[in-house]
Parts: sequence; C-alpha cells; structure tokens
Amino acid sequence: MSYEQRVDGRKFNELRPMVAKAGVIPNADGSAYVKIGKTEAYAGVYGPRNLFPRFLQDPEKGILRCRYNMMPFSGAGERVRPGGSRRSKEISMVTEKALLPVLDLKEFPNSVVDVFIELSATDAGSRCAGICAAAIALADAGIAMKDMPLAVAVGKVNEKILVDLCYDEESYPGEVTDMPVAVLPRTGEITLLQMDGEITKEQIKAALGMLKEVVPQIHQIQVDALKNKFKAPGEE
Amino acid sequence: MNEDLKEQINKALSEDIRLDGRKPMEFREVVVEAGVIETAEGSARVRIGKTDLLCGVKMEIGTPYPDTPDEGTISVNAEFLPISSPDFEAGPPGEEAVELSRVVDRGIRESKAVDFKKLCIKPGEKCWIVNIDICTLNADGNLIDTAGLAAITALMNTKLPEFDGQKVDYRKKTEQGLPLVRCPIPVTVVKFGEKFIVDPSLNEEKVLDARLTVAVTEKGTISAMQKGGESPITMDEVDRMLDIAMEKSAEIRKKI
Repeated sequence: MSYEQRVDGRKFNELRPMVAKAGVIPNADGSAYVKIGKTEAYAGVYGPRNLFPRFLQDPEKGILRCRYNMMPFSGAGERVRPGGSRRSKEISMVTEKALLPVLDLKEFPNSVVDVFIELSATDAGSRCAGICAAAIALADAGIAMKDMPLAVAVGKVNEKILVDLCYDEESYPGEVTDMPVAVLPRTGEITLLQMDGEITKEQIKAALGMLKEVVPQIHQIQVDALKNKFKAPGEE
Repeated sequence: MNEDLKEQINKALSEDIRLDGRKPMEFREVVVEAGVIETAEGSARVRIGKTDLLCGVKMEIGTPYPDTPDEGTISVNAEFLPISSPDFEAGPPGEEAVELSRVVDRGIRESKAVDFKKLCIKPGEKCWIVNIDICTLNADGNLIDTAGLAAITALMNTKLPEFDGQKVDYRKKTEQGLPLVRCPIPVTVVKFGEKFIVDPSLNEEKVLDARLTVAVTEKGTISAMQKGGESPITMDEVDRMLDIAMEKSAEIRKKI
C-alpha cells in the first residue's frame, strides 16, 4: 500500500499551518500560545522562584521543572481524566531534557524555573507544540538562553518520508513511523529524539534530513511571535 | 499587609470607588467566545478583565443512577491550573476548585437547565453523561462567575457525537444539541462593611468580609446560592444581595 497523497493535501515536506503568540497569560513571568494544525498549546513560565520543599533545592544551580498536561476536553476521543498519566509524566521529562541544554541556571541557586504546558486541543504533535511554546515562553520571561529550541515530528507513512504528521496520518492503515525531534536551530543539535514504528537506518537519515528545510521555518515563527510582543510603539 | 489593603479598599469604597477605578456595581469587560475548542463537543472561552478560562464539554455514555433510572446526568470539574497563577500548584483540585465546580454544578442541575430525562437512551442501562470541564488560563479574581458563564455557553453550543447504540464516534458530530430549558447565570456579590460590590478583583477577594454567589435563571428564579467569607450577613443584606445578583445577571445574560 503506497501513500501518494497526504490526507490533508500537504506536500510531504510541508508543515501544517502554524500560529505563535507570546505573552498570552498576564500572571506568568513569560508565556506563549502555539497552534500547529489543530493542536493548540499554552506554555507559562514562573520563576526563577524559591523552590519548596527545601530538600529539592540545589545550592549550585537552579532547576528546571516542566509539566505537560492535556486539558480534559483536549483529546479527539473520550474525555481525558485529569491528574496526569504515565504518558504525560514521560513527556514532561523529555520536554525538560529538550529545553535544559540552552539554559544556564547557575545564577539562580536554590531556585526553580517552572514551565507549565497545557494542551487545549490535540491532533498529534502535542509534545512538539508544547516545546515550541515553552521556548517562546522562556524567552518571554527574560531567561538567558543560548538557543531557541523547537520541535517537530518527522516520519514515514507506508514508505513515504514526511514531516509533521497529523492524527489521521499517525493512525493511517499500514506502516506508520512517528519520530518527534527537538532541535537547537543554531547548532543543529538534537535535544529530544523519540520514535515509534519500524524504520531502517537509511530512512531515519532521510527523515532527519528533512529537518534542514523546516527548522528555519518554525524558528522564524517563534522569533516573529517575540518580535510582535516587544515591537516599539508605532512599529509595524 | 492585608490589613492595609483592606483599609485602602474600605476607604475608597466610602467614596463609592474601587482601587482599580471601577464603580461598586461595575463589571470588568466581559468577553464570551463560543465553540473555541475543536476536540470538545461544546466549548467556550470567557474573559472577565484579565481572568481567562476555557470550558469544554465532553459527552460520554454511562449507566443511569439506580434511583433515577430514566435520567442522564452532568458532571462539573474545575482545574485551577498552575499556569494561571503563581499561587496555584499542580495536583488534585483543592478546596476552592471543588467549591467552584459544585456551585456551577448546582446552578445548572437545580435550575433543570438540562432536561436529564432526555439524556436517557435506555432506562436503567444507557444514558448520556455531560462532562463539563473548566480550566483556568489566567486567574485574576471572580473565577466562579466566569466559570458559570463559560459552562452555560459551552452547553448551549454542544453538539452530540454520533452514537450507534454500541460506540460513540467522536469524529462525527450530529446536528443534535443538548436539551436545554433554562439558562442560569451566577453572579457573586461581595460585602465590605456596609458596602456591596460585584465582580471582585484578586485583591478584593483576599480581604472581603463576605460573599454570596447567586445563580439566576432567565425567568428570574434562583437555582443556587453559596455564601463565603468569614463575616456573617444579615437577612436584610441577603435581600439586597439577591436584588443585585438578579439585576447584574440580566446584564451579563446579554453577552451570550
């Protein structure tokens, strides 16, 4: 079974429409909203702030704490029970690892930077949307970063290599491989890499090769979101 | 510090003004958006000033309660998400979130806003359960009124998913809405000394004497009440607070 035409009519190297906005939650120190296709993510950053209970504190440096959460109505199917799952725990952890390499928290001993990622609607790619939003929110919070992480999935549907799988592709009949990747656009380094499905080494190379084209596109949308918030009065 | 805050609020109120410049009976701007969440069967986003929250409805097939075998039911849940305030922590709903969801639940349930009998599919065996979930995005006071308004708006634009007797197909929405017969809207009236205000800000909530939330239907009947705060209120004050809630709910009703 081949896959000649994508279910939503996109080219194989084409991202879904993406919208990003910085500064959407006034209470947070930094925040962002990212919509990729039908997946919508909010990220809010609080901190650096004091960390309690105190035994969690690190006197050498601040710590980063991420929480990925799906709102109960955000799934395409049944209601998602609130309170977290094994899946959300794992995603929270890999998100933390995806963001941490760009931060230097030595200046903030005994503190925590909290990153809360909330999904209000999902249609595949929710951890990637969450990471893109979290990176904007961290920058919005004024936390020093040496790069702006972003994430996107690449993969394979019936031998066809493609980017940014939507839900109908993830559940396409036949062989599907989904590979979420977080990238530091300046160096090209990878900070998150997961995969499910079955794939050859050559195909992995081909799939990761597609990142070259889409990473700058996503990066630009993130940068524009921040520029839009911080533009001078009267500036277009 | 809170004593100072309270003194300032009371001093301003003695001249009929509030710390943010509002009149005692003035709401902040109320913005209601319906149908904002594609994955939900019904949804709303409501903003009152900088308070901002989402409400989504998810339909589910369940078994009727043994004592009401010919009725479906609703379930209201509120998540005070840590993204929305530096004071909220991750974890199961706390007292305030539980209070909010129960007050919103009663407003809808007791006004018979939803005809529970029409949610029954097969008596004693199958019925629709209407899950109403409220998630805060930015908490800046008066979450109860904001949530109540979002809940009724979300119910109004809910479309049932397809159900073939065995399975629900959430990818296919039907044209059928919920059997809605009433439209309750909660308004919280807050007491400071001799003065009353509506739509309390975060600061006002911190130091209020007493509050009374009243859910008012479009007929002018009252379907839920909840008194909060540490000070008692007199019968005469209840009377005045009810009048205020009835008047304000009619005003808010125009927003949906």
